[in-house]
Amino acid sequence: MQIQMNVNGTDRSADIEARTLLVHFLREDLGLTGTNIGCDTSSCGACTIHVNGESVKSCTMLAVQADGQTVTTIEGLASGGEMHPMQTSFMENHGLQCGYCTPGMVMASVSLLNENPNPTEHEVREGLEGNLCRCTGYHNIVKAVLAAAE
Amino acid sequence: MTAVMGTPRIRKEDPKLLTGEGKYVDDIQVAGQLWMGMVRSPFAHAKVNGIETDEAKSMPGVHAVYTGGELMDMGLWVAPLPCAWPVTPDMVNPEHYPVGTGEVHHVGEIVAVVLADTRYQATDAVEKVEVDYEELPAVGSIQAAMADTATAHSDHDTNKAFTWALEPNPDALNDAFANAAHTVTGEFVQQRLIPSAMEPRGVLAVPSPAGGEVTLYSATQVPHILKVMMAATTGISEAKIRVIAPAVGGGFGAKLNINPDESLALTLANKLGRPVRWTETRTEAAFSTHQGRAQQQKIEVAADGDGKILGVRVHLDADMGAYMMLITPGVPLLGSFLYTGVYEVPAFGFTCDGWFTNLTPTDAYRGAGRPEASYAIERAMDMLAAKVGVTPEEIRRRNYLAGGEAFENLEVASTLVFDSGNYSPNLDMALDMAKLSDLRAEQQRRRDAGESKQLGIGMCTYVEICGLAPSRALAGLAYGAGGWEAGTVRMLPTGKVEVVTGSTPHGQGHETSWSMIVADKLGVDPDDVEVLHSDTAISPLGLDTYGSRSLAVGGVAISMACDKVIDKARLIAAHQLEANPDDLEFEFGRFGVKGSPDKGLLIQEVAYGAFTAHNLPDGMEPNINEQMVFDPPNFAFPFGTHIAVVEVDESTGETTLIDYIAVDDCGNQVNPLIVEGQVHGGIVQGVAQALYEGAVYDEDGQCKNPSFLDYLVPSPTEVPSIQTEFTYTPSTSNPLGVKGVGEAGTIGSAAAVINGICDALSHHGISDIEMPASPMRVWKAIQDAKAGN
Repeated sequence: MQIQMNVNGTDRSADIEARTLLVHFLREDLGLTGTNIGCDTSSCGACTIHVNGESVKSCTMLAVQADGQTVTTIEGLASGGEMHPMQTSFMENHGLQCGYCTPGMVMASVSLLNENPNPTEHEVREGLEGNLCRCTGYHNIVKAVLAAAE
Repeated sequence: MTAVMGTPRIRKEDPKLLTGEGKYVDDIQVAGQLWMGMVRSPFAHAKVNGIETDEAKSMPGVHAVYTGGELMDMGLWVAPLPCAWPVTPDMVNPEHYPVGTGEVHHVGEIVAVVLADTRYQATDAVEKVEVDYEELPAVGSIQAAMADTATAHSDHDTNKAFTWALEPNPDALNDAFANAAHTVTGEFVQQRLIPSAMEPRGVLAVPSPAGGEVTLYSATQVPHILKVMMAATTGISEAKIRVIAPAVGGGFGAKLNINPDESLALTLANKLGRPVRWTETRTEAAFSTHQGRAQQQKIEVAADGDGKILGVRVHLDADMGAYMMLITPGVPLLGSFLYTGVYEVPAFGFTCDGWFTNLTPTDAYRGAGRPEASYAIERAMDMLAAKVGVTPEEIRRRNYLAGGEAFENLEVASTLVFDSGNYSPNLDMALDMAKLSDLRAEQQRRRDAGESKQLGIGMCTYVEICGLAPSRALAGLAYGAGGWEAGTVRMLPTGKVEVVTGSTPHGQGHETSWSMIVADKLGVDPDDVEVLHSDTAISPLGLDTYGSRSLAVGGVAISMACDKVIDKARLIAAHQLEANPDDLEFEFGRFGVKGSPDKGLLIQEVAYGAFTAHNLPDGMEPNINEQMVFDPPNFAFPFGTHIAVVEVDESTGETTLIDYIAVDDCGNQVNPLIVEGQVHGGIVQGVAQALYEGAVYDEDGQCKNPSFLDYLVPSPTEVPSIQTEFTYTPSTSNPLGVKGVGEAGTIGSAAAVINGICDALSHHGISDIEMPASPMRVWKAIQDAKAGN
């Protein structure tokens, strides 16, 4: 099937199998491997991206469902060589260790603050409930999101 | 320039990982690659009568389909997958090739492989392979294994794999129990855990057919060990195998094995002359990656009338799973030495039986034997406190080694020599942070009011073994390798420093910490230090990362290599300054002549001089390129106090962790930011064991919760923020005084949480809850207690 979408500010089009997951399209057809795959049940959130500005687990969506939409992946978050404030806050607060959940976690956190610019600790934890991390125990991730909100 | 070590420092690793530039195995694409799909046994124990592959072979994009028998006939292997730890001379070690033929012994054992152009095509073709299985009776639990009515391997008479004992003085132990005023017995289940690193395991083998070399990219913690083992089992020359662990997304022990998929990718890529790749799905990981814990424990403690311990006796039954993987049988041994905890124990005895089941093999998982040991002794200490009628903190104080005072190099009952300890101040700090008396008052108030949500305070004062390991100690345990680590420090002509480490990070931040060590030693900027690792072509010598060994062995090697750099640079500087080497002092990166403050050379200037070699002492080799291989004289023994504050809702059985206090002592610290992060993550993995996680198998050996839908890795809402503090008792086992911290959190937390739940429910007479303490288990325990059962 022929699809076209705007990915990180660039129009992309491709001819793909109808069953192709959006995450596989991004990773294997477009080479945007920053978006990771951590599970096969839409449970872990490692593949979180933004579609039309809202966070979506890109393993729950077919690429054809994103036809005509605007997609942002972790590669598109920094602008002009400067990291997004959320990325900087994760670095300053040691909110990552192995880094595998990190792109999805950062994308989900950016989306969380878009919806609720001044969350409480509890709201941050609730907001990131769909994203799993095995290294940090979430302590520094929560700290990073709260710091970025300030 | 001020000291770098001991100061929090943001990680060098982060920008790449934060912007999506981190390259994990599955991110690496190469031209001409074939995707491997595994045909896995759906049965835990079965005979394979035949495999039909014609339809699969005709599927689009399929390059080849090989049955297990065909793969064996291709002569890909000269030896089966290795077990490096034959714990006893008569240990049973069933032959384990990367593919099963004839008989399969766990769900997920590979019986055939498919090679296709794409991931999707490989998956489709796997579905079309028809296998004729004849189901055999399965051993679906360790209880079934011990009953021995069916055997996990049809050609075995028993499921028992070995019996291992550590009984330094059996007569004294019997006397201790005969003379005891109090005895307590704890029987605990260490449930099977699925390690669940966020990055699934994956592998990519890239051959270079002309020269016969092959490069193996693997999501592994152990590229060096993998290289040796691949050579030893495939017959391919070790010199022709290059193993690269690119960015690795967590390991926790689950990535330290030598796996069937790695060997299949390597040998098939070599045979076909094309790159071969595979990445496990999360659900597949429950069958393709080893699991952890899976032990049944019995601990007995004998004490005098005051609660002073007279003896500790332990028996373990450990579930090996279907096969012995790299260190499967050694895991319980790693714990054996810690069942006496931080306590003065006059007499000790430990026995362990290993058993085969038809389940996924077990092996190291964060802590590997030590969380189990810490759990048993710390649960038993609370039971003893209740029996003697003193508080949990008092029973611990009465039994601390050296009376809770500072000590160095103290031999303990399990025959080890603890490097250093100072337990009382550590406990005091944790109790202060927890505001224990306020908590006890609140607990009493809720009890008196008969509130639904009862409060519990649980503590664990753990000790662990880090810095694996002195090679001679490993020899004593029949382990098949040494425990040293290599490090190289190279001064480059421009004054920058290149460091090569044999440790293999997968989230721990070695690049940052090693840079800090070098910066401190050589007086250079940490940003001028580049740390190379995880590629056997760049770092040919190493023993990798596990057992909280990286800093205490690998980091120390780097520090000692820096000493060699300084020694050589001193000779060059002295020669060029026309001074006696002994008259030079090295401070802040500069060799200065004592008494002549203006006369000196920066280490960068010396490095350039060593490179040009225009003016070196007679006979000296050009360049400064120093290697150190450090074999530690002893282990390191970090310790700490963890306190879990839990709320147990008696109406639902739900436990909520409302506060967690951790005071850890890992000796001197390099980067406190990283230390704290390791503690946080470790704690949550132990909390997860206590409250949420556990692989559930039915009697036929089928895993009922292989995916993240129902294997409950905690999310951010299940845990609170954590209060951390530290005490600092330098290790005597290495010149940096460091101990290791990667597993500490996990070792302290499960016991703290369960002790907390038991404390919350003690008014019902409840003294134990099996892990994971699910709402159903807790609720049922309360109902049973109320009914007087």
